[in-house]
Amino acid sequence: MRKPLSAFMVHAILGLYTLLALFPIVLVVMNSFKAKRAIFNTPLRPPLPSNFDPIGYARVFDDSSLAFYYLNSITVTVGTIFFTLLFGAMAAWALTEYKFRWNTLLALFLSIGIMVPIRLGSVAIIQLVAELNLINTLTALILVYTAQNLPLAIFILSEFIAQIPKDLREAARCDGLSEYNIFFHIILPLIRPAMATVAVFTMIPVWNDLWFPLLLAPAGGKQTITLGVQQFLGQYITDWNAVLAALSTAIVPVLLLYVIFSRQLIRGLTSGAVK
Amino acid sequence: MAQGTYLRLLVFFLGPAVLIYSLFSIYPLLDTIFNAFYSRQSDGSYLWNGLGNFQTLLFDPTWSGPFWNALKNNFIFFLIHMCVQNPIGLLLAALLSLPRLRFRATYRTLIFMPTMLSVVVIGFAWQLILSPLWGVAKMFLGFFGLGFLFAPWLGVESSALITVSLISVWQFVGIPMILIYTALLAIPDELIDAATVDGLNQVQAFIWVKLPLIWPTIGLVSILTFVNNFNAFDLIYAMKGALAGPNFATDIMGTLFYRTFFGNQLQLGDPSMGSAIATMMLLIILIGVMAYLFLVQRRIQRYSF
Repeated sequence: MRKPLSAFMVHAILGLYTLLALFPIVLVVMNSFKAKRAIFNTPLRPPLPSNFDPIGYARVFDDSSLAFYYLNSITVTVGTIFFTLLFGAMAAWALTEYKFRWNTLLALFLSIGIMVPIRLGSVAIIQLVAELNLINTLTALILVYTAQNLPLAIFILSEFIAQIPKDLREAARCDGLSEYNIFFHIILPLIRPAMATVAVFTMIPVWNDLWFPLLLAPAGGKQTITLGVQQFLGQYITDWNAVLAALSTAIVPVLLLYVIFSRQLIRGLTSGAVK
Repeated sequence: MAQGTYLRLLVFFLGPAVLIYSLFSIYPLLDTIFNAFYSRQSDGSYLWNGLGNFQTLLFDPTWSGPFWNALKNNFIFFLIHMCVQNPIGLLLAALLSLPRLRFRATYRTLIFMPTMLSVVVIGFAWQLILSPLWGVAKMFLGFFGLGFLFAPWLGVESSALITVSLISVWQFVGIPMILIYTALLAIPDELIDAATVDGLNQVQAFIWVKLPLIWPTIGLVSILTFVNNFNAFDLIYAMKGALAGPNFATDIMGTLFYRTFFGNQLQLGDPSMGSAIATMMLLIILIGVMAYLFLVQRRIQRYSF
């Protein structure tokens, strides 16, 4: 077999691209620990005892609201994942298991949201949220994100539920289990891997979103960390230590989680994408 | 099962999802389209305006200038993603899926990393790197004796949009890479073995055997890119603000929509015109999705193994 691509070439291309992907991240985190003079004079040098200066972090943590913004982001993300998975799985079960009259039509209705971005309805969403008195609340964000993520969740979970052997449900029915018990005690535990995939798909865009926090909860201490960092950066734009430290505080926790869970995450992404 | 119990069952399982989805997704979309046909009067009331808002948007010089500018920029934004992001994603996926590749998981994890991060962080980090004040980009080019090439790309009208697009490409290249990589892994080894027995080398086997098999995935990647690009906002807002400077050179549909609806230093917010722009965006996205469904997906043969 002829090999026009040597192993060296393959590693050279992949290695170079990896460097390109990492360079900006490493550069920002590295310089966030350095004194102002060192940031400007020797940006490519790592932080050493001679140029170490945590002043940027001091400024970030003085602004104690950032800790609350983290909490807000966690609440919104966890809340959204919980409701998307619960309501999504329930709907997916009903759509695959029960053959009622409007089944196909309802499934089609629920799938519109996969391709049509909910953002385009923002004008009406703000009016609706204002009428419900939910402006500057995390509830508004959780409701909107749940609505945004349900279509894909229902789609993925339906495919998965359809693969569960029919005998299993029939056996449970013969044993006299109610439909509710069949779903909560037999089906839900079985579709856990698919729920993990959906959780991954839901989590990243919700955590990183800037649009809806900007529209629905821009103030009153209800900012998410993404919006909070954006506002902080705007305020301290000329203070390079503070800016680099704020960026790093936003980057590092996400990266740690990512490195810990990357295997599951990529498996989730790839299994979800096969269909 | 009795009719009543059955109905109760359906309401229990479907009710919450259908209610939240209808109220916070479908109703706002329909209401936005509806709003686009009304216009706001100076006393705050709304009057039926027929196609008037669209006429204003497309033909009134104060509106049509920014609209066509944003639409043109959005197409350039999309084309750069199609011509740079997706080919790079394809190349990386092809290399990653080579048999017996060492450090596969490491490469995959690290290259996907920027995709995980918030656009705000990415945008700002690149803004610092490209800033003439810090000079990192200039220093970097200087290593290769190319220092003279440096310019404040983000601040110059002719290069700002391309620069912002390439930063977006840099961040999101992981998505086409992972989707195509998965499709490539699903191709059975026997097919490739058969091809190599027939005398094809790795590159030829990729072009003649693998590529035709992953066309459906490339079609999917393209339509995802289209929808995401015509719905983009965060990166431009984070880097260039709502005014999408310099001189609206980086203005795309998302930022125009935001500015029109919310207002800014230059104009008051206008929900009716904002709805009209959102409706135009919806129309563009629907045309793209329809084209994909009818032209691309119908012609593609699906292979199953």
